Amino acid sequence: MYSVNYHRAVSVADAAKLLKNGDAKLLSGGMTLIPAMKTRLAAPSDLVDVSRLKDLQGIKVSGKTVTIGAATTHYDVSADDKLRKACPALAHMASLIGDPAVRYKGTIGGSIANNDPAADYPAALLALGATIITNKREIAADKFFKGLFETALKEGEIITAVSFTAPAKAAYEKFRNPASRYAIVGVFVTKGKDGVRAAVTGAGEDGVFRSREIEAALAKAFDASALGGIKVPAKGLMSDIHASADYRANLIAVMAKRAVAAANA
Amino acid sequence: MSDVSLTVNGKRVSGSVEDRTLLVHFLRENLGLTGTHVGCDTSQCGTCVVHVDGRAVKSCTMLAAQASGSTIVTIEGLANGAELHPVQAAFKEHHGLQCGFCTPGMIMAATDMIARHPQGLDEATVRAELDGNICRCTGYHNIVKAILAASQAMSKGAKGKAKQAA
Repeated sequence: MYSVNYHRAVSVADAAKLLKNGDAKLLSGGMTLIPAMKTRLAAPSDLVDVSRLKDLQGIKVSGKTVTIGAATTHYDVSADDKLRKACPALAHMASLIGDPAVRYKGTIGGSIANNDPAADYPAALLALGATIITNKREIAADKFFKGLFETALKEGEIITAVSFTAPAKAAYEKFRNPASRYAIVGVFVTKGKDGVRAAVTGAGEDGVFRSREIEAALAKAFDASALGGIKVPAKGLMSDIHASADYRANLIAVMAKRAVAAANA
Repeated sequence: MSDVSLTVNGKRVSGSVEDRTLLVHFLRENLGLTGTHVGCDTSQCGTCVVHVDGRAVKSCTMLAAQASGSTIVTIEGLANGAELHPVQAAFKEHHGLQCGFCTPGMIMAATDMIARHPQGLDEATVRAELDGNICRCTGYHNIVKAILAASQAMSKGAKGKAKQAA
């Protein structure tokens, strides 16, 4: 790791100020950033640690509205009783990220700010039609995820929370790479008052996306049988040593069927 | 440079380190606590697992400065004098090791796992929970056996210090 200056922010406003130092980066759980710095893929001049800020912690459920602080860990999302009642699919999804030690440190805000094309949270937030709240504005998930490791966040902007309306039905299924445990394909489906949404991670050349084919079929009937003969186009999907685009296209249909079956169970 | 002050295995310690110093290196090199190992150095193998404020995390993926102010338990802090912690005793009894390199991390992960499952553990849960701890001797069979035995012993009242810490 190259030399770096560590700062522990005392408030969101303080973090925004500290971010003006050189080529500063926010540090939350550090489960991606620190390994990237160790391999010198990332070399920020300064780190601004926001992981202990009380304003960024915790989960609130009020009626159907769920708000999760940006520095809430995957473990805390997976183990929260209120969330497990309001949106069990999201709590379950959080329990599938990384391994137990990683889930104790990694945070929802860090995951979506990084927008890894195989991360789980981007699919969940896109399918939930969530709102990403920053220190400057609110951004709809549909406008937030821009491409590989790219988001709508501007220089100096800090995610403080995410918020969504718990859908009537939801589930997430992923096919993991057996070594890295990242999704080769993950599909998060929801059925809420605004209809059906299906978001896919691990597969798109431009990162997370909504599958119009899956959504159109499920809008007719929210049942695995509605996806019986579905063909998901391989265009725009990744091909790598783990899976070809055609294989991923097929896996999207398979994971979507399993997710719908789980959502209806 | 960062001034780091921690409580490690019940003792207050402090030091001045480069900001980029990883927690595992602070423990091993500044404090001489070499029971915590560095295996893969890429957050995957779990030989560096320690408890930070009661949670089992990978100390190779955390800066010492990030941990400042926290309470840490390492493998050296589990036993009560000459009396092994129930998880250590179970690893000894069931020979839950071959070369022993992964053992400190396995034991620190296991104490956390047992604390999170007070209702008890089954084999499938133990294997799933060991997702982030790799034994390159592939000696999982006896590791799983040891964790199941320790979980049972601890539910019968043999509580270790780590159970309270976790």
